[in-house]
Amino acid sequence: MKKNLMSLLLSFMVFTGLVSTSIAGSKKSAEKLRIGVEGAYPPFSEVDKDGNMKGFDIDISYALCKEMGTECELVKQDWDGMIPALNAKKYDAIVASMSITAEREKKVAFTKKYYATPAKFVRKKGSGIEINSASLKGKTVGIQRGTIHDKYLTAVYGNDVTIKRYGKQDEAYLDMKAGRIDLLMADSLALSDGFLKKEGGDAYEFVGPDLTDQKYLGKGIGIAIRKADTALVEKFNKAIDSIRSNGTYDTIRKKYFEFDIYGK
Amino acid sequence: MSFSIILDNWKLYLEGVILTLQLVPLSLLFGFTLALPLSVLRVSKNKVLNLPVYWFTYFFRGTPLLVQMFLFYYGLSQFSFIRDTFLWGFFKDPYKVALLSFSLNTAAYTTEIFRGAIERLPIGQIEAAKACGMSRWTMLKRIIFPIALRNSIPAYGNEVIFMLHGSSIAGLITLVDITGAARIVYARYFAPAEAFITAAILYLILTFTIVWLFRLLEKRFLSYLKI
Repeated sequence: MKKNLMSLLLSFMVFTGLVSTSIAGSKKSAEKLRIGVEGAYPPFSEVDKDGNMKGFDIDISYALCKEMGTECELVKQDWDGMIPALNAKKYDAIVASMSITAEREKKVAFTKKYYATPAKFVRKKGSGIEINSASLKGKTVGIQRGTIHDKYLTAVYGNDVTIKRYGKQDEAYLDMKAGRIDLLMADSLALSDGFLKKEGGDAYEFVGPDLTDQKYLGKGIGIAIRKADTALVEKFNKAIDSIRSNGTYDTIRKKYFEFDIYGK
Repeated sequence: MSFSIILDNWKLYLEGVILTLQLVPLSLLFGFTLALPLSVLRVSKNKVLNLPVYWFTYFFRGTPLLVQMFLFYYGLSQFSFIRDTFLWGFFKDPYKVALLSFSLNTAAYTTEIFRGAIERLPIGQIEAAKACGMSRWTMLKRIIFPIALRNSIPAYGNEVIFMLHGSSIAGLITLVDITGAARIVYARYFAPAEAFITAAILYLILTFTIVWLFRLLEKRFLSYLKI
């Protein structure tokens, strides 16, 4: 009777994954570096039809790991929880097109940038919307919640526009196509490759200047690492330098973009 | 933990509370109003009346509220016969879409609550009403609904609380309800504990207010059941 009860309990634990994950977990954490990625930000990070992760961030992650001589495991995480999950040790580094900003530096450490591109607005062709307070009055702009673009828009045009905040960039694209929002604001590359060049994207166009205001838009895109792991920051910095100099970076970059997105 | 960020963002949370306090009572009102006639159809022995309502409650109780809301919000906007007609004026607005899906969802649950209460009515009371020569309408108005609705109060109280908690998904279609406000604070300051504890406290206050209101209702309408 007791034996039956034990086996029932055991099978329940196996079923719920309690046993299997704890065994696998202790092995993995010893040798593998876990990297947090988003998977909803094409062309930097997306999940293909077969459920595999792909994109610039993903390729760069693997290249950096190879350079550092460690094995890596990608962990998918929604944007809102990126930094909290890093500090909760769900993974050891974030490679998710995260801009280096003063607020984030309070919570985590950053490596040097691995790319830097300006932010931009996108409008529907023929809508005639211009990027100034008068023309933006009463318009609805879709952005991803908690990004540098959210911060910029809230601070600069917060009194003029209605801001709709999405959990994922993809959802903003859906609502732009549905006509629920008048403008998108995001990273220019993400917009051109993830939206304008995709099916149905030819009805939309960029509007306004390249936005690079460091106060809101940060100092480029870096890799976030827990503040205590200073050695890991150095390792990543070295790896970024070597893939920049040995041509790996350019090979990956050419797969996705026509020009060098590293910036000045 | 630093709750100063909550104080800095009290306006955002206030906005959230106001939206939740509009969305939930309005959905409940529409759902309740819809459930009254539907429950009568649901207990009908005529299949033409009974079956459509059965399917309606089957669908809305059989699928998650989140799926229903996404179907109405993202799903319908895919079709041009919605997007290019007057219907778009309605489905364009996330607030109206949330209101619609919440109303239909609570209508389905409430219909089943009322159905149960109607079917549990003592047969003697119906027979007595018939013996008095009451018409069907009079019987509904004077006997069936007054008793069935009273008996539904405890179960309906739970439905109201479920609806309040279910409304926390409104933030997923860009609305700023209590949870939506918490998500913004969470994403902006990376402070999940502070952001969601505040939301939890607000929901607790609302829930206890609902519990208290229903206790008053029960005292008023069900006191005859107390020994």
